[in-house]
Amino acid sequence: MIREPILNAVIMAALLAVPLWALWAGEPFTITLATRAAILALAAVGLNIALGLGGLVSLGHAAFFGIGGYAMGILAHHAQTYTPLMEAPFLIEGTKSMPVIWLTAIVAASLAALLIGALSLRTTGVYFIMITLAFGQMLYYFAISWPTYGGEDGLSIYVRNDFPGLNTLRPFPFFAISYVALAVGLFLSWRIAKSPFGLALSAARQNEARVRTVGMDPYRLRLTAFVISGAITGLAGALFADLNRFVSPTMFSWQMSGEFIVFIILGGTARLFGPVVGACLFVILEHWLGGLSDYWLVFLGAILLLVVLFARGGVIGALAGREATHD
Amino acid sequence: MTEPVLTIEGVSKRFGAVEAARGVTLDLRPGEIHALIGPNGAGKSTLIGLTAGTIAPDAGRVALAGRDVTALDAVGRARSGLGRTFQISSLAMEHSVLQNAVLGALGRSGRVMRLFGNVMRDRDLTERAAAALERVGLADQARRRVADLSHGQRRQLEVAVALTLEPKAFLMDEPMAGLGAEGTASLTAFLDTLRGEAPILLVEHDMDAVFALADRISVLVYGQVIATGTADDIRRDPAVREAYLGEDAA
Repeated sequence: MIREPILNAVIMAALLAVPLWALWAGEPFTITLATRAAILALAAVGLNIALGLGGLVSLGHAAFFGIGGYAMGILAHHAQTYTPLMEAPFLIEGTKSMPVIWLTAIVAASLAALLIGALSLRTTGVYFIMITLAFGQMLYYFAISWPTYGGEDGLSIYVRNDFPGLNTLRPFPFFAISYVALAVGLFLSWRIAKSPFGLALSAARQNEARVRTVGMDPYRLRLTAFVISGAITGLAGALFADLNRFVSPTMFSWQMSGEFIVFIILGGTARLFGPVVGACLFVILEHWLGGLSDYWLVFLGAILLLVVLFARGGVIGALAGREATHD
Repeated sequence: MTEPVLTIEGVSKRFGAVEAARGVTLDLRPGEIHALIGPNGAGKSTLIGLTAGTIAPDAGRVALAGRDVTALDAVGRARSGLGRTFQISSLAMEHSVLQNAVLGALGRSGRVMRLFGNVMRDRDLTERAAAALERVGLADQARRRVADLSHGQRRQLEVAVALTLEPKAFLMDEPMAGLGAEGTASLTAFLDTLRGEAPILLVEHDMDAVFALADRISVLVYGQVIATGTADDIRRDPAVREAYLGEDAA
């Protein structure tokens, strides 16, 4: 058994080492793959706060991922067509600035999570899964039927957005941005798990009557977790759209939500680096197996089945054992 | 006479055709242990739910420390100073013993929504929690996971978490359930010292413990309190003998 903090450090170092090697070897596509893994990992790190820590199996996190994506798409679209987003009552113009886009994505995803969470969290179990799925699908069909921003075809953004002092068109600087965003997401997730709020949220997952009896409102804990979770996934959505320079309703699809859950289960539920391992494995398998067969998801399904049957703690659980309660 | 800490006044609750509580009135005075006994199906669980706030009454009122808490749910009543323990241990099983106790101290502190700072390094909370564990005799188990504890140790932890709340009144639902003779004796001795801190409304099946501890006893039959009084009063009460202690009386 490897100690979990050491394992986490190795994973984080490997995710940086691979693109560094690719930069040196002149393999830009590998850098893009690593960027994709980092961004998907960030989305799942967001979900893991709700799912892992809070026990909230949201099958609608693609909603926040898509909102982040469209926040980027809409702002950049108006900037590249030189048309204002709105004129009355005050002028809002598009922008190509990443920090502004990220902030917009985070705020929009948080508000959506507040609304969706406030309604969904009145239910539990299968009903919660179904209602979050329903909200995700609502946004999916809304995006399809919204011709202003491409409808089913989505929106293409011709030039990647700007970040002060970096040439974001080159693969490595954009990887660096995504990697730092992932690191910040992981840091927040780690701090929250250790915080008073994290203890209460995790206790609410295990025993709702217990937290009520000590005077804590589980609904309020869960709604807060859901909003933080949605905000992080929203930021990942903005980065994902920027990586592809394209946003489409697919980002809202339930398959996307399902993939996030798969990352977490593969890597290890409620483990800090579970989503990172899961997303990296997914991207690697997608690339290798996807090259061998169009039906590569069959193999992913088999692997997932093995993990669920024989390694309930996911890859992290298999390598690092059961989580330490506290130090 | 001093003001009661907890007052239950004319509380009724009906589930379909069953009247689980019929105008129940009882109070809990400072420094006392008030035991609630009754045969199975008498409505003890319902009365606990009505007192703890997990069941809303059809009629009547509940007051805690002079404040009407009838409209408050379990969360609100816990915040108002009610320390409840469960008949079947209700704990965060994956957490350590200390984490469970810290959760109680955290609830008491009201700083639940803080997103930063390591809760297990918060001196104020961990010291409160450790003190409560020490009192119930779990200090040496602090780092163990609750799932790995014995049944008796979970019962002790259940009481320790209630202690961290520093409640105005305890509501204990069969704290002796499933304890061996030794465990029952040590918990009985501990509860005896606890009444000075906050009065205890004790629902208990173990009659030895009830008669050893209770300053007053109320007998619940078919959702009604048929008698309230000292242990001797209750032993002598003909209605009680008929309804509840029938076999002994015969």
